[in-house]
Amino acid sequence: MKKLLPAALLLVALTAQADSYSLPKHAAFEEECSSCHMAYPPQMLHADSWRAMMGDLSHHFGSDASIDDKRRVAITNFLLANAGGRKTGDTRDAQGKPLLRITQTARFEKKHREIGPGTWKRPSIKSPANCTACHTRAAAGEYSDRWVQIPK
Amino acid sequence: MRHLLIIAATLFAATASAETPRDFLTRFEKEAGAAASAQRGARFFTSKQGGEWSCSSCHTDKPTQAGRHAKTEKAITPLAPAANAERFTDAAKVDKWFRRNCNDTLNRVCSAQEKADVMAWLLSLR
Repeated sequence: MKKLLPAALLLVALTAQADSYSLPKHAAFEEECSSCHMAYPPQMLHADSWRAMMGDLSHHFGSDASIDDKRRVAITNFLLANAGGRKTGDTRDAQGKPLLRITQTARFEKKHREIGPGTWKRPSIKSPANCTACHTRAAAGEYSDRWVQIPK
Repeated sequence: MRHLLIIAATLFAATASAETPRDFLTRFEKEAGAAASAQRGARFFTSKQGGEWSCSSCHTDKPTQAGRHAKTEKAITPLAPAANAERFTDAAKVDKWFRRNCNDTLNRVCSAQEKADVMAWLLSLR
């Protein structure tokens, strides 16, 4: 039993770590991508998704999010350099097209399978894109269960 | 001599790093070729102009207070200069946000007159 405890703790630590993201620094990314929503970790999507998104900012989920070309190129390069890896999983739709919504990716759906539609619609949450509503330390890249608090 | 002064003033304006909110009112009135109306600006700001949202959908109809993004819920600092000294001090930002937000609320760019009216109203708020 005594031997099992450290192993269990290590497992918990590793699982927790898998849900935290290092947040690479980039001034233009932080400023431009967090003016309307939180700046989502670049690792949550693969490069092809970021490329597609950054190629059409004038139609960004129903809003005009266009920025000047110099910044657009700089932020695109930053996102591509820090895009997802193995942990990110599949971020393409059934037709093989890169998904633009993190909330539609396989990893997101799996991680949130216990959350019912009624919960998403609560006025205190409103949208699955509103990470910070439940992930109290999302702004610091911390998404582990330990820091989840689902508001009423 | 007068031309030289204008050129010097333009050069100064271009190199100066920060603008004041009044500068934008002046600029938009000049572009519109007519005086601004704060009353018209208030009406424009608080009512829908063809799109799904009005300005006040995110900025509230009392922009001295903080707003909230209509879709993402993200907090938005007050827009009125009296309540937020950072607003309307950077031409690149002002042009960027008018371009985007006019597209979102009107499905077109705003006219200089519309921008002048909104500026006049925002500047009148205390």
